[in-house]
Amino acid sequence: MSASATVVSGGRPRGLWRGRLFVAGLVLSLAVGFATLGALLVDVLKKGVPFLDRALLLNPPSSNPDIAGARPAILATLYIGLLLIAFTVPLGVGTAIYLEEYANRERWYNRLLEINIQNLAAVPSIVYGILGLAFIVRGLGVGRTVLAGAMILTLLVLPTIIIAAREAIRAVPDSIRQGAYALGATKLQVVARQVLPAAIPGIATGSILALSRAIGETAPLIVIGALTYVSFNPTLLGPFTALPIQIYQWTRLPDEDFKLLAAAGIIVLLAMLLSLNALAIWLRNRYQKKW
Amino acid sequence: MPDTETELVRIGGVSREDPAGRARNLPPPEQRETVFDVRDLTVSYSGVPALKNVSLQVHRNLVTAFIGPSGCGKSTFIRCFNRMNDLIPGAAMEGTILYHDEDLYGRQVDAVEVRKRIGMVFQKPNPFPKSIYDNVAFGPRVLGLTDGLDDRVERALRQAALWDEVGGRLKEGALSLSGGQQQRLCIARCLAVEPDVILMDEPASALDPISTTHIEDLMHELKRDYTIVIVTHNMQQAARVADVTAFFSVEVAADGRRTGVLVEYDATPKIFTNPEDKRTEDYVTGRFG
Repeated sequence: MSASATVVSGGRPRGLWRGRLFVAGLVLSLAVGFATLGALLVDVLKKGVPFLDRALLLNPPSSNPDIAGARPAILATLYIGLLLIAFTVPLGVGTAIYLEEYANRERWYNRLLEINIQNLAAVPSIVYGILGLAFIVRGLGVGRTVLAGAMILTLLVLPTIIIAAREAIRAVPDSIRQGAYALGATKLQVVARQVLPAAIPGIATGSILALSRAIGETAPLIVIGALTYVSFNPTLLGPFTALPIQIYQWTRLPDEDFKLLAAAGIIVLLAMLLSLNALAIWLRNRYQKKW
Repeated sequence: MPDTETELVRIGGVSREDPAGRARNLPPPEQRETVFDVRDLTVSYSGVPALKNVSLQVHRNLVTAFIGPSGCGKSTFIRCFNRMNDLIPGAAMEGTILYHDEDLYGRQVDAVEVRKRIGMVFQKPNPFPKSIYDNVAFGPRVLGLTDGLDDRVERALRQAALWDEVGGRLKEGALSLSGGQQQRLCIARCLAVEPDVILMDEPASALDPISTTHIEDLMHELKRDYTIVIVTHNMQQAARVADVTAFFSVEVAADGRRTGVLVEYDATPKIFTNPEDKRTEDYVTGRFG
């Protein structure tokens, strides 16, 4: 008894150091990303917090950094966010339902559609900006407006939302559809009353993550000329600037105080994005299904 | 060998001296009402036949079992009765199934209408990710039977012998139930629309022995009001629950293609104790399969 115990506990453990080295490597890669993010956050907070006041949220931009604010930019970003939800969710979910539940994959045009959507998701955002300038701002005559900005960002995130919604719909097991069909439900009833409700948490999570990406987007909006100095509240069909662009603008000004104001703007933008992501996580946990 | 004989008599539930056995309780064939009349049915997937030239009749208020080895087409066959095969791309059917003398696959027949009358319970319990109540109420709701819905739900759960266990927590999620309870919930869901026939595709194969007993007892109860067709790979189960049994087998062609065929169809005790066909005998005595 004691002999075998000695055998187990004695000697040098094999591969101990290699195992530790491996874990150390993992921790190191984690640390690189985490430290960079942490340094950025600390820097932004240190610079921005003193300027994070009511003036920033409520005042229009000004040449005096002490009273300058980002109200028009914050409002425009909020409007664009709401319009984005209104545009992308029905279009994206509708497309996803068609592709998953109705499209016959044997047909060449449906396959072409699928490949196209996947490719569109990988197109750089600046390209959407140029497309939007040509076809939405000028072609459709929407002008350099909040509406045009929302429409361009819709094009940008639609592929992502379609892909997320398709994943969510595909994750609904076929046995659920079969069970509903076997009770005499029509195809519409199966899709509307079983598949879609079961897929909603996944669709919501994917949509919110796509939306938060769009809200941080700058390039396509610069292309359509959102880089204007706007000191009044934006309207749907009026000129606008968005929060990321306002931040960019401030960093280009010579006065050092504007750089600190930009840091405060970043905090506001981060807060908006983080609350969107938190909502996505909450939705996922709240409605998570196990089959 | 004597052991096999004893086993046979036990699973058949009849003695050797009385091969008719439980068939005594069966009405003679001419008095039975025919629900399904299958004539020369062949089902193919993408042009490859899975089941060939099947003809048989299913009678009212009896439990009819389809048994046979894997790949014999028994699940394919049962899915023809409520046109679930329509949903599989590439599935094609030749021959006729008459349902109360009406062609089930007739041009003016809507598959959705068929499934209202012919319910189905699947191999793996598949409750909807909703509350217990909403699971049972789904069928009545899609069919517009919403008057007295609470009573209908309760009646279905009682019939499925589940009310005593879940009656007090109808609002809870169905996925929190045990596997056996989930399967009885699926049966209740099916009963809530008051179908004419209940098809069961290996309803107990994913369940433990106690849950299986529950389901089998339920079938004995339900056959008073319903016509039940069950697919099972469990011969003892067929012997316990079925009044009549059809044995399917696989024919392997020279090119290696496997096609299901109906070998023998008779009263259950006859199939298990005194089958006509050598293949049936080999299968029920465990020499094949």
